[in-house]
Amino acid sequence: MTQNVQSIAPVNGEKTDRDIAGQEYLAFTLGKEEYGIDILKVQEIRGYETVTRIANAPDFIKGVVNLRGIIVPIVDMRIKFNLGEPTYDQFTVVIILNVAGRVVGMVVDSVSDVTTLSPEQIKPAPEMGTALNTDYLIGLGTIDQRMLILVDIDKLMSSAEMGLIDKIAA
Amino acid sequence: MTIDMSQFFQVFFDETEELLAEMEKLLLAIDVSAPDEEELNAIFRAAHSIKGGAGTFGLTDLTDVTHVLESLLDKIRKGEMALSAEHVDAFLVAKDVLKMQLDGHRLQTPVDQEAVVDARMLLQSLSQGDMPQAMPAASLDVAPKVEAPAPVPIAGSARRFRIELPKVTDRDVEALMAELGLLGQISKEALADGRTAFTLDCTGDSEEIVAICSFILDPKDLQITEQAPARQMTAAEAKAAQEEAQGYGFFDPIEPTAEQSAAEKAAKEAAQGYGFFDNFETHEMKETKAAGLAQVPAQQAPVPSAHEPSTPHPVEKKAAPKREAAGGAHNSETTSIRVGIEKVDQLINLVGELVITQAMIEQRTNTLDPMIHERLLNSVSQLTRNTRDLQEAVMSIRMIPMDYVFSRFPRMVRDLASKLGKRIEFVTHGAATELDKGLIERIVDPLTHLVRNSIDHGIEMPEVRKAAGKSETGRLSLSAGHQGGNIVIEVTDDGGGLNREKILAKAKSQGLPVSDSMPDGDVWQLIFAPGFSTAEVVTDVSGRGVGMDVVKRNITAMGGNVDIRSAKGFGTTISISLPLTLAILDGMSIKVGEEIYILPLGYVVESLQPDPADVKEITGQGRVVKVRGEYLPLIPLYKMFGIEPRFTDPSQGIVVILESDGKKAALFIDDLVGQQQVVVKNLESNYRKVAGISGATILGDGGVSLIIDVAALLRSSRQLSADESIFS
Repeated sequence: MTQNVQSIAPVNGEKTDRDIAGQEYLAFTLGKEEYGIDILKVQEIRGYETVTRIANAPDFIKGVVNLRGIIVPIVDMRIKFNLGEPTYDQFTVVIILNVAGRVVGMVVDSVSDVTTLSPEQIKPAPEMGTALNTDYLIGLGTIDQRMLILVDIDKLMSSAEMGLIDKIAA
Repeated sequence: MTIDMSQFFQVFFDETEELLAEMEKLLLAIDVSAPDEEELNAIFRAAHSIKGGAGTFGLTDLTDVTHVLESLLDKIRKGEMALSAEHVDAFLVAKDVLKMQLDGHRLQTPVDQEAVVDARMLLQSLSQGDMPQAMPAASLDVAPKVEAPAPVPIAGSARRFRIELPKVTDRDVEALMAELGLLGQISKEALADGRTAFTLDCTGDSEEIVAICSFILDPKDLQITEQAPARQMTAAEAKAAQEEAQGYGFFDPIEPTAEQSAAEKAAKEAAQGYGFFDNFETHEMKETKAAGLAQVPAQQAPVPSAHEPSTPHPVEKKAAPKREAAGGAHNSETTSIRVGIEKVDQLINLVGELVITQAMIEQRTNTLDPMIHERLLNSVSQLTRNTRDLQEAVMSIRMIPMDYVFSRFPRMVRDLASKLGKRIEFVTHGAATELDKGLIERIVDPLTHLVRNSIDHGIEMPEVRKAAGKSETGRLSLSAGHQGGNIVIEVTDDGGGLNREKILAKAKSQGLPVSDSMPDGDVWQLIFAPGFSTAEVVTDVSGRGVGMDVVKRNITAMGGNVDIRSAKGFGTTISISLPLTLAILDGMSIKVGEEIYILPLGYVVESLQPDPADVKEITGQGRVVKVRGEYLPLIPLYKMFGIEPRFTDPSQGIVVILESDGKKAALFIDDLVGQQQVVVKNLESNYRKVAGISGATILGDGGVSLIIDVAALLRSSRQLSADESIFS
């Protein structure tokens, strides 16, 4: 899967300037909104499989799965941000992320493509208007008619809000 | 061509540390009255290997000390001098000095130069021990080195080699002489048959010379003999001088010309029987080879000045002694390689995966008709066997013998006992018992504390023991062995034992809930209570370092437990029971609703279906279940974990009686699924700590199952109210 994703990338990526990190974004949808995350944070994309529920965990943490011997928690972004209907079928997609040295799975409605955004295509995020706190946004990317909400996935996944990482003080 | 020496340095440091540890172990084991020749040789070899390695890396301070050490050892092992307790003490001091110097090079820790000089003088005076008035000679002997250690290599641990060359051209002879001249002082003499011989004074060894000569000559044609080192000679001369009472003027030519010294040497040899230095090197090398210690020459092979193409290769060979040091089998041929622990862990992970995949295949093929698919089923059962073997083999890589831990105690016991004026005989049993590396490393500190405690507070002073009718020498034993799926490590002393009254009195004064009728076992456990120093209780000598509560906590954290047996006047045994490995756990899989959890089998006492009449409600406290006359709190797992259960009435489901820290509780579940070994996976590596869960594992079908943290569950059960999940 990872290979597939990367093979799409060069189509738009000829003029990629590697000096600025995160030029290529993986676009996915949550409900009607389209989001983008840094492609380098994505380890692979998988279908949804049965998870093992974790007792007393928040709703959006669906549980853990076995990813080739590694226990990986699965977060459903649709529940977390109240976007779309959380249905689980053979089309449900899990993006396996590699953030902050951890492996985390993220359930989204669908994955569309990988696009390259130049710095001028990225506009600052508005103060309000998305389900996500603006702290976690890099900006808004525009490609023709599409608008990608670019998420700083590192920051989001390691935030206390997600509760994926033990707080040091706790 | 430059070679990155730092990687070799690291190997040298590691290896030297091992050799020093090995040397110490041998020294402590040696029987002073009747030393085993093989043991002496092994000590000598260790010292020699260190010297060789240090010389290679130009660590002259190490070579200086090892050289004197080696000379003395050599005399002893050749029977020139009888081994005495002072020798052993001096060797141990030298070992400490070497360790300090090694750390100085490696960690830049300060080196006590006075201690170094003291140790060297001690060794030197001992090596002339056959004449007690040798002190002036010894001091004279040391003096030139202290004054001018650097400029001339001869002043250090100089050795003299005679190198006889085959017939070569004059040009080659000149080239060789120039090259060898870099090592030290060289002189040339022509032999009768047209060949040439060199005499070389240097700090290196014959390996270096061979390495240099091999650029021009075939080493086989070369004859190298080590002759009496110049310094040994001065010592010999000192002796002669004193005997002849001629004063010290004789010493002026400390660096005589080669011919002169050779002549002198020959004369001395004849006169004083120092001939045993002849062929010293070759003889010794033969011996080491015979003993299968290939690393000795290997260590000496790299030459700093030479453009030696084979330099990387000693690393491979040097990896060898690791196991040997750990296993204590110094004579047998052992080969091993150093591998990073993460590589081993990765291997274990992969094999774990393989086992799961294999279980999946087995599960799928179970439904096939054995008549039609006979061959497939046969192959699958073979795969099963092979996989199990592979898993066992891989798991054993992480296992290390307990000797790794035990070996550090003899020295500690010896030092501590002599400091406290006690006499202690230290014995170990079951040093070959293997334990997971992760556990081994974590058991060292608690065990050290327990051993210290036994020496400090357990074993009495000799006169007290005598008065009590015991032998004056106390006995402290460390043993390790398997018991079921556990490894049991015991620290036993035949000292005074624990004092029940004092412990109880102390516990009362601290407000702990105790009664005079408590069983002994419970009383002994009190010493593990925080702030409950055994020192204050049992002997009034103040303790040090970590307390017993820390010992207990560390061991509990490893999944083990501590048990004390003690009889007043007869001694104490502290028994630590640990799981064999942290990575694999015997588990009982249980089912609640549709979810499967794993209970560590060690906590499970029994499981039963209670009679409805035995389940009682306690207002506001939840329910209890009566098992064999005992009322145990009932913990409904479905409530704790918020699961939709099949049964809410305990008499329809199953209760599992769990015990942890001496507390029992009944866990109410729907069903028992089975018993299996599970590979423990960390939940925290990608997620976070989950209350009530200690880890996760992968089931035969590839799904994940969570392992219940029984200790936490029982702790929390006390705060459990009837309709509230305590974790939320």
